[in-house]
Order: sequence, then C-alpha cells, then structure tokens
Amino acid sequence: MGDEKRIKVLVAKPGLDGHDRGAKVVAQALKAAGMEVIYSGLHKTVDQIVNIAIQEDVDVIGLSIMSGAHIPISQKLFKRLAEKGITDKAVFVGGVIPGQDIPKLMEIGVTGVFPGGTPLSETIAFLKKTAKRV
Amino acid sequence: MAVPRYIKDERDQILDVILESGIHVKPSYSPEDLERIGFDYEKDVADPGKYPFTRGIHPLGYRSRAWTTRQYTGFGTPEETNKRFLLMISHGQTGLNVAFDLPTQMGYDSDNPMAEGEVGRVGMAVDTLYDFEIAFKDIKLDKIGAGLTINAVASIMLAMYQAVAEKYGYDAKAISATPQNDILKEMIGRGAWIFPVEPAVKLIGDTIEYSMTTMPRTNPVSVCGYHIRESGATPAQEIAYAILIANAYIDNVLARGYDVDDFVGRFSFNLNVFGNMWEQIAKFRAARKLWARNLQEKYNVKKTQNLFLRGLFGGGGYGLTKAQPENNIMRGAYYALVAALSGAQTTALCSFDEAYTIPTPHSALISLRTLQLLMDEMGLRDTVDPLAGSYFIETLTKEMEQKIEEEMEKIVKYGGIVKAVADGYIQRLVAHQAFEVEKGLESGELLKVGVNIYREGTPMDVELHEYNYESAEKQIESLQKVKKERSSSEVARTLKELEKTTREGKNVMPALVECCKAYATVGEMTGIFRQIFGEFQEPSLF
Repeated sequence: MGDEKRIKVLVAKPGLDGHDRGAKVVAQALKAAGMEVIYSGLHKTVDQIVNIAIQEDVDVIGLSIMSGAHIPISQKLFKRLAEKGITDKAVFVGGVIPGQDIPKLMEIGVTGVFPGGTPLSETIAFLKKTAKRV
Repeated sequence: MAVPRYIKDERDQILDVILESGIHVKPSYSPEDLERIGFDYEKDVADPGKYPFTRGIHPLGYRSRAWTTRQYTGFGTPEETNKRFLLMISHGQTGLNVAFDLPTQMGYDSDNPMAEGEVGRVGMAVDTLYDFEIAFKDIKLDKIGAGLTINAVASIMLAMYQAVAEKYGYDAKAISATPQNDILKEMIGRGAWIFPVEPAVKLIGDTIEYSMTTMPRTNPVSVCGYHIRESGATPAQEIAYAILIANAYIDNVLARGYDVDDFVGRFSFNLNVFGNMWEQIAKFRAARKLWARNLQEKYNVKKTQNLFLRGLFGGGGYGLTKAQPENNIMRGAYYALVAALSGAQTTALCSFDEAYTIPTPHSALISLRTLQLLMDEMGLRDTVDPLAGSYFIETLTKEMEQKIEEEMEKIVKYGGIVKAVADGYIQRLVAHQAFEVEKGLESGELLKVGVNIYREGTPMDVELHEYNYESAEKQIESLQKVKKERSSSEVARTLKELEKTTREGKNVMPALVECCKAYATVGEMTGIFRQIFGEFQEPSLF
C-alpha cells in the first residue's frame, strides 16, 4: 500500500429517481481506480446524504440525478452543508444534465459535472486531482 | 458474459464477432449450420400463428393488423398531458402510454415535501381521480387502449382508470388498460419500488385476479425485460429474467386457486430493441418460442391464444447518445425496423432528445412518423417474419434460445427469481455487466458513433423541453381544491375499508376503486399500504 490516503467517495442517489445504472457503473469504476466507495442506495433525501457523508467522513460526494431535478437538489445539498458548516467536501454531479445547466450547477458550488457519456477515465482523473486539493 | 466486441487484425479485417449474449458470429452461414443445430422447421419455428410461434403469433401478421403505436407521453399537469395525448392521436397514434411523474410513481401527493422539485417533471402528476378526469377528457376509452407506466402503485392507477371510465359512462368490460405493474423488474432496474417483495407481488396478483372478471380486456401486467436490459443486462438475460418474473406472477395467482388458462392470456411483455440488430431479432423469435414452451410444459396451458408472447418491442433508450443527438433519429429508425422485423404487436421509440430530457412535441412526432412510415411506406406489412429460413437468423435464434435457457437455469439454481431479486444477486450480475460494457466503450472494443468514433463535427443544437415550475404550483392548488370539495367522511370511510381489506389480506382492488371514486389521494391510499406492508430494503451491492 502506498502512503497516499485513499480518496473516499460517496456515490449518492438523491430524490425519487431510481435509474441507477450510471451510479453503479461509476461506483465500480472508482473502486477499480483504487478509491474507497460508499453507495447510498436509492431514494435518499438530501439530509440522509449529508448525514452519510459526515458519518463516513468522505472526501467527495457524487450525486447521480436523471430526473432533471439536479438544480433544486444541488441547491438543497449546499444549503444543508452550509448549515452544518461543512466545506471540506467536493461535490460532483452526474446524470442527465443539459449543457446549459452546467454553469448554474458550478455557481451553486458543484466542483465538477459529468453528464451521461463522459468517459470514466475523465471522471476518475478529475476526481483524483480535485480530491487532493480539498 | 462479456463485452460484445469485434476482434480485428491490423488492417481492420474482422476476425471474430462476439455478441453481448456471448455468441460468436461466423463470416457466413449455409445449410450445414442448420444441420449442425438440428434445425427442424415444424418443431423449431413452424408457420406464423402455430406453436411454438417463433415466426409470430398471428398467421397474417401485420396484414391483419398493423402494430399499435404508443409513444410514452406525459408531463406537467393533467391539462398539459391531455393536450399532448390529443395531439399524438390527431397525428395517427393508435394507443396511449401514460408517463407519470416520480412522486406519483412513488405514491406521494404533489404537496408532500418528498415531491419537491419533481412534480410534473418526468411525467404527469396524478393525485386524485380529478386528474384522470382531465387527462382522459375527449379520449374514447373504449376505442383506444392506455398503457399506464407505473409499477409500485399500479393497483391504484388501474382502480383509478376504472373509476374514470365509469365516470365517463364506459363499461369497465369495454376498456383496455395496460398497467406496467412489474415490480420485480423495478427492483432490478429503474428503481421505482416501494413495498417489500412479498406484498408487492401480492398486489400484482390482486390486479390480475380482479381484471379477469371486472376488466377482461385489460392486460394487467406488462413484464419488462426492457428496464433490466437498460440497466446493463445482456439480451439473453433480459428474456430469461422476464420469463422467470412472469412465472412468479403466475404462481401468485395459481395459489389463489385459478386455472392458468383463465388469466395468462392477458399477460404482455415490454422488451428492448437497442444493440446488435441480428441478436435482437433472434432474441424476439427465441423469446416467443420459450414463453410458449414455458407455459405449455411448466403450466400445462391449454388454449392456443394463451401461449402468445404479445409485446411492446421498442424504446431503445440506452442506445441513444447525448453526443450528436440528431444521430438518434437514425438509430430510432433502425430500432423500429428491428421491432417490425421481429413482429412487435405494439411499439414506441425513445425520441432523439431523450438523452437530455423528456421529448418535445416535435421530437415525439418524428418518432411517431418513423414508426408509421415503416408500416405504410417500406413494406413491413407485406409478409410475416421475412427473415425466416435465413441460415444465419435460424442458427442465431437457436443459439439465443440456448443462451436464454442457460441464464434461466442459473437463477433457478440460485433459488429462484424472487430470492435472486431480494438478495440482490441479479442486481449484482446486471451492474457488473453494465460496467463491462462501459469498459468496452472506454477501450474502444465496443464502438459508438459520436462517442468513441467519428466524434468530429459541429455540435448540434437541439430545442429542449423546458420544465415549467408553474405546473407544480398549479397542481398543488388543484389538489387543495379537490381536498376541500370532496366529502371527507366518504374519504375516511373508503380509506378505512381499504385498510381493513389490506390487513385481512383480501383483494384490495374493489376497495381501491371506492377510494378513487371518493377522491382519496394517491398518497393517502399508498400511505395505508406503506403502514401495513413496510418498505423494500435494498440489498447492498458493493
């Protein structure tokens, strides 16, 4: 084992959407890339996700959203994180995300957006680079 | 199972082709292949309309009746959805396929905090019978069938459909609904489950039992290999799991003392069309044969028409790409061709913009026209199962049949489909296969135009459906108005009756119909089920 700390990622499915192929593929890919991955399972509220992130002390929270509700969900997540005074976690969003919404998500505080079709290698490389900085 | 792939030499010559289901394709096929597989026309395929129905369930195929077109439709409020239904019908669509928003699918009312941000987003919001009255206004419910794409609370929606039909003066016996109503597949893919396996399957049994006499033209279950395939399963796994899931529902109803011939003829299937086209065509032919054989050998089904695999073959969502979205129009055309060559009874296409969001009227109509021109312009109605007798297709059909049987065997050995779903065994197999495919795309072993090959070109701008936040507000206002105007004593009485019936383990359908007629909300009815049944605990996968 190397000295470097393993990046710990929570792959989360917020809200009512149950399409989890992408989340499960990304979870397996991050694991294969040497990261420690926790998968939230389906239908989690933002509060539940924040609690898991705190309990498990993850470096990264990844949200997988296919329903189109990525903006209200991300807003709510950052509100909760702020209320709890948490600033040390990078947040990523993946799923069905129209290009025009990416700047809006970044404005809310999201570190990286990986819409469907993003190569796994790109997501992994970005995560490794970003998680080290936080 | 492995990544479907092409083994090539340095000059791009193909040395081997491996399909997703693990079958190797040869450079050419001849009568020797048919000899090798022991091909027997009467036994393996037979004429269309004859057992084992490999070639199709009707002797005349599309000559007697073109396929039903049923684009998946619904968004915002019931008013907006009704307008879109009428638009599609005015353009020649012959069936409806209702999309519900996620709160409705999960049994939450529009004013529930869990519904925030989701009301009317991926489908129409439905809280009470009032919403169905608006959604189905001016639609001839005895002439046009409606697919209700909902699962965990399908029993409630079927009850509501009966209630709206009766309100508009139709006899329940004259209407034809097709609730999706396949909860085991929701637990494998798509994820809109609520209750644990056992009560969830029992609710499906209730709808089948109830439909037999009350709504005999209704197809109470549409078994979906579709979403299992979307979640990563191979075509062979898709069919294997669908047949086993259908058997689980049959077993539930048989345990109530019915004869299988009383109800199994109303089962239908929803299967996927993306992927290698030969593999899909062989899959559909093999599926018809295996379903008929399964019913005859395992269940001793007697009536010929009860052995038919009637299906919606369509969709193809996973095959569509966000990159170069207009290419999805061409993909859709090929997928529709596959469905037509495979003898689909019903079809629908994912529209080209659906890698972004739900379709606009423009993209939905392109899909509808794609389906129509195949039937009316390209000659797909001319003759049944035109690929029959092809050395390749017949060999592949037989090989697919074997692969599907192997996948079924694996699950039976594990302890059956219900256990395999409850334990997450199938979910793990499917997630693993999805990852393998993704790795194939990443390495370039699997080619996808616009994604890992031919990426150049100008980005295509597409006009997208915009979510209307006002729709959610309107829906909540409308719900509050209904709540104020309905008779609260009648709501309380019918809900109490539902609770009693549910606790006693009786068929819940009659009580649900009464609740719907009293304008009880979807959330109130689901709440009773939640309280009594509890919730499904998702098995941990990683």
